[in-house]
Amino acid sequence: MQVPAPFEYERATSVEQAIALRERLGEEARFIAGGHSLLPMMKLRLANPEYLIDINDCTELFYITEDADQIRIGAMTRHRELLDSALLAQHFPIFRDAEKVIADPVVRNRGTLGGSLCQADPSEDLSAVCATLDASCVIKSTTGERVVSMHDFHVGPYETAVGDAEMLTEIRIPLKPNGSSAYEKVERRAGDWAVVSAGAAVWMDGATIAEGRVGLAAVGANTTSIGPVSEILRGATPSEELYQQAGEAAAANCSPQTDQRGTAEYKTHLAMELTKRALRRSVTRANGQEA
Amino acid sequence: MQVTMTVNGNEVSEEIEPRHLLVHFIRDQLGLTGTHWGCDTSNCGTCVVLIDGEPTKSCTTLAAMTGGHEVTTVEGLEVDNVLDPVQEGFMQCHGLQCGFCTPGMMLTARALLDSNPNPSEDVIREAISGQICRCTGYSTIVRSIQWAAEHESAVSIGSPA
Ligand SMILES: Cc1cc2nc3c(=O)[nH]c(=O)nc-3n(C[C@H](O)[C@H](O)[C@H](O)COP(=O)(O)OP(=O)(O)OC[C@H]3O[C@@H](n4cnc5c(N)ncnc54)[C@H](O)[C@@H]3O)c2cc1C
Ligand code: FES
Ligand code: FES
Repeated sequence: MQVPAPFEYERATSVEQAIALRERLGEEARFIAGGHSLLPMMKLRLANPEYLIDINDCTELFYITEDADQIRIGAMTRHRELLDSALLAQHFPIFRDAEKVIADPVVRNRGTLGGSLCQADPSEDLSAVCATLDASCVIKSTTGERVVSMHDFHVGPYETAVGDAEMLTEIRIPLKPNGSSAYEKVERRAGDWAVVSAGAAVWMDGATIAEGRVGLAAVGANTTSIGPVSEILRGATPSEELYQQAGEAAAANCSPQTDQRGTAEYKTHLAMELTKRALRRSVTRANGQEA
Repeated sequence: MQVTMTVNGNEVSEEIEPRHLLVHFIRDQLGLTGTHWGCDTSNCGTCVVLIDGEPTKSCTTLAAMTGGHEVTTVEGLEVDNVLDPVQEGFMQCHGLQCGFCTPGMMLTARALLDSNPNPSEDVIREAISGQICRCTGYSTIVRSIQWAAEHESAVSIGSPA
């Protein structure tokens, strides 16, 4: 039975305390949220922190709320709450689509939004969701807070903008009129990581797409949104040809690797096909027809 | 470090190493070997226990993180020699063969019925989808849980059927 290497355990009951601990203990310390990425990595000695700061008692980090022009989600919000949230389902159905196929219900009882984004695994589904929705991340330290876009948050595989003495506390998603969204994932078996997944979001202006975004997971180092696809969608009228064009642009702008989940060629094909499906569903939903 | 939690209704307070996983603590330190361990990748679900009523993989939780919480293991299902309807259901409907996955399956079933007394077959299948059975097959496990749903009140107030 694999056990993590020795470390010291601290429990924080507030964000303030968590950040102060992090600052004091330095780069050898890590936060533990759901622990469902970190503990498996520690068992495999892929992570060897000297201190773990448990943030599960930071009750101020569990929420999903609506402000005037944005939805704010606390970093400790668990997968299950994202799946069950009526507020998210109403504004961003992409969350429910994705959460239904992230891991399994038992893992979803523990894993968190903040942990998912901070893990920054290229196959992470919620990073793709947040990139698709143009979310931004609130990062706190003892000296204040800063807000960074998903684009700047994701520095590289397993690497984020969160510094050694900082904490991700909140994810903000802008609310814009006449929008909808969808998520499509292909996995080898129920509960597995994506072979490829695609998120799409559109905001309509009458019969045309005012703005559209697509984010992919598991197709290369980055899960940020794909700029060239947004350019194709801006001001365009939805049609099968448009989805095809957008799908081709998505496929051309990713760099999947051949691995045990599939060949690079197959994954490139999926990037195109799943982009098309997610866009089609987003537009259908934005037009008030459930898809 | 010292950790204090409630396990099957009893308060326990023990000296642990911070790196101890909850599954070790339960099996090796408390001697409750009904909770099984089957993988190092958090995939099999045989280690599922309830923490504050929620199914959790005890191989992917630190004992230290569980301090102050309530844990229910399979040993906690039977009360005063009366089996939980879920246990009775697994017996009646042949919900197990080797029994390796059974503790986790039954605890997830218990949590499901606590929040949804009348789950559809799809809901049952979804609830146990994080847990692997390699010998019984899922159909009889689903039937066992349906049996429990139908006999919930009858068994828990009376004697075993
Ligand atoms: C069997 C299994 C299947 C899975 N399948 C999928 C899947 O299909 N798709 C998918 O997307 N994910 C999947 N996951 C991952 C799951 O979603 C994890 O829960 C998630 O990636 C990490 O969340 P966590 O809260 O457990 O983070 P933790 O493991 O606690 O933390 C992850 C990292 O983030 C850091 N961290 C956590 N919170 C903060 C914070 N607030 N500020 C700064 N740093 C922080 C930690 O220090 C650590 O480095 C799976 C996991 C398992 C075990
Ligand atoms: S032992 Fe396999 S999931 Fe916990
Ligand atoms: S009864 Fe043998 S693994 Fe399920």
